Amino acid sequence: MSIEVETLTVTVPDQPKETRTRRLGTLPISLATIAVIIAGWSLASAYGAVSPVFLPSPLVVAKSLANVAVNGFVDSTLAEHTLASLLRIFAALAVSLLIGVPAGLAIATSRIGKGILDPIVEFLRPLPPLAYLPLIIIWIGIGEASKITVISLAMLPPIILSTAAGVKSTPDDFINAARSFGASRLQVLLNVVLPGAIPSILTGTRIALGAGWSTLVAAELVAASRGLGFMIQSAAQFLGTDVVIGGIIVIAAIAFLLEILARLIERLFVPWAAHR
Amino acid sequence: MSILSLQSLSLDYAETGSRQKRRVLDGINLHIASDEFVVVIGRSGSGKTSLLNLAAGFTQASEGRVLVDGKEIDGPGADRAVVFQDDALYPWLSAAGNVAFPLKVQGIAKAERQRRADELLVKVGLDGAGHKNIWELSGGMRQRVGIARALASGPRFLLLDEPLGALDALTRSRMQQFLLKVWAESKTGALLITHSIDEALLLATRVIVLAPNPGRIVADIRTEFGRALLGGKSVKDIKALFEFKSLHDELTALIHADEEEIAA
Repeated sequence: MSIEVETLTVTVPDQPKETRTRRLGTLPISLATIAVIIAGWSLASAYGAVSPVFLPSPLVVAKSLANVAVNGFVDSTLAEHTLASLLRIFAALAVSLLIGVPAGLAIATSRIGKGILDPIVEFLRPLPPLAYLPLIIIWIGIGEASKITVISLAMLPPIILSTAAGVKSTPDDFINAARSFGASRLQVLLNVVLPGAIPSILTGTRIALGAGWSTLVAAELVAASRGLGFMIQSAAQFLGTDVVIGGIIVIAAIAFLLEILARLIERLFVPWAAHR
Repeated sequence: MSILSLQSLSLDYAETGSRQKRRVLDGINLHIASDEFVVVIGRSGSGKTSLLNLAAGFTQASEGRVLVDGKEIDGPGADRAVVFQDDALYPWLSAAGNVAFPLKVQGIAKAERQRRADELLVKVGLDGAGHKNIWELSGGMRQRVGIARALASGPRFLLLDEPLGALDALTRSRMQQFLLKVWAESKTGALLITHSIDEALLLATRVIVLAPNPGRIVADIRTEFGRALLGGKSVKDIKALFEFKSLHDELTALIHADEEEIAA
C-alpha cells in the first residue's frame, strides 16, 4: 500500500467583515451616552445644583466659545490659539520623525546602535515631560524652541520603539528573497525593511501625537502668550470656567480629528497593512 | 551549462537550551546541472529546507562548500533565485512591482523594468494582472508572481522551497504542469523541495531522497515522467504507468524506511 504524503491545505477565504456592522452597532449607544451627559450637565446648571462659577451651562460654554472665536481671548482669537498649538505639534512631530526613525532603525539593526540608544530611550520613556520642562526652559529659554523640544522629547520614545518593532517584525523570507535577487544590505534596508516598517511607524506616530498633545498643553501652561493651553490657564486665573471648559472641548475635538486623520493616512498610504 | 555543486556539506544546529549540537545534514554531495529538474523529497525533519537554504546561501554550512561553476559562493546571489513556500511577495508593491523588484536592485532603468516585468507576467499567464495588489491574488496566482519574480533576476538556478505546498489539490496539479513548462522554457536548473511523491515523480528529471537523523541522501533516481508530461502525455496516463507505480512504491518505502510499522 502506498501512503500519500501530500498535504491538502485548503485556502480559507477571507472571513466576512464584521467590523463595520459592529461599529455601527456601538455608534448610537455612544451618541446616546454623550447626549445623556450633556443633558445631565444642562439640568445640573439649570436647577442650580452646581454654582455656575464652577459649572457654567453648555449654552454659556458654547456662547463663550463663539465669543472667543470672534473677539478673541487675551489678544488672540480661538483660531490663532489653535493654530499656534497645531504648529508646535507638527514642528515637534517633524523633528521626532527625523530623529526617531533613523534611531529606531539603528536599534533594530545594529548591536552598537542598540547599545547606545537603548538606555537613552529607556531613561526618557517613563519620565513625565513636566519633570524636565523647567530644565529645558533654563537651557533653551521660554521661546518656541523649548516648547518644541519638550514635545519632541515626549514624542520620540513611541516613534523610536515602534520603528524598531516594525523593523524587527520584517519576515526573514522578505529579506532572504531580496538577497537572493542580488540586493545589497543598503538596498534591503531601503527597499524591504523600511517600507515594511511603515505601518508600525504610523502606529507609533499616532501614539506620539497623543503624548505630544498632552505635553503641549502642559508646556503652554508654563510660558506662552498664545495657544490652547495658555488660553485655558489664563482663563482659569479669572475663574473663567466657561472658557476653560470650551478650551478642553476644543482640545479633545482636535485630538479626535488628528486620530481620524492618522487612520485616513494609514488607509490611503498603507492599505496593505490590513492584509498582512 | 552551469553546475551547482554541494560538496560534502554538513550542517550542525545548536539546540536551544543545551550546549549540544544536532547534526541536521551530513555529508551531502549533490551536483545539479542547469538543464536538470532536481526534486528533493523526504519526511519532515529530513533537512530538505536546510539543504535549500545552504544552496541559496542563506545559511552557512558547518562543513563543506557550495560552488557555482567551480566558484565558492559567499552568500545569496542572483544566480540562485528562490521561490518561497509563503510566497514572500512584498505587499506594498503591485504584482508587476514585485516582478520588477530584482531588476530594480540590479539598477535597471524604470521603463526597461516595466517592459520586462510585463513580459514575464505574460509568460506566467498573468497578463493584465500586473496592477493588482498582492492580497487580491489567489494562492496559485501569488506563486506565479513569485516564480516570475525569481526569473526576473536572471538566475541560472531556481530554488523552489515547497512553493506549491499551501495550494489546494486542483490548483496544485495545474501549477505542477505550469512549473514544468516554465522550467523547460527558461533553461534554468531547478531544485525543488517537496514532500509529495507524486509531485516529485511528475516534475523531476532526478529525484533525491533524504533520510532524517541526520539528513543524508539515500537515493538519487533519474526519471523520465516529466519529459513525458512535457511531451503532451496526460497526468492520468503517466500515473497509470507500471514504472510510475513501482517507483512510487519504491520511494514510499525509502522515505518511510525507518518508521515503525503501525499495526492495523
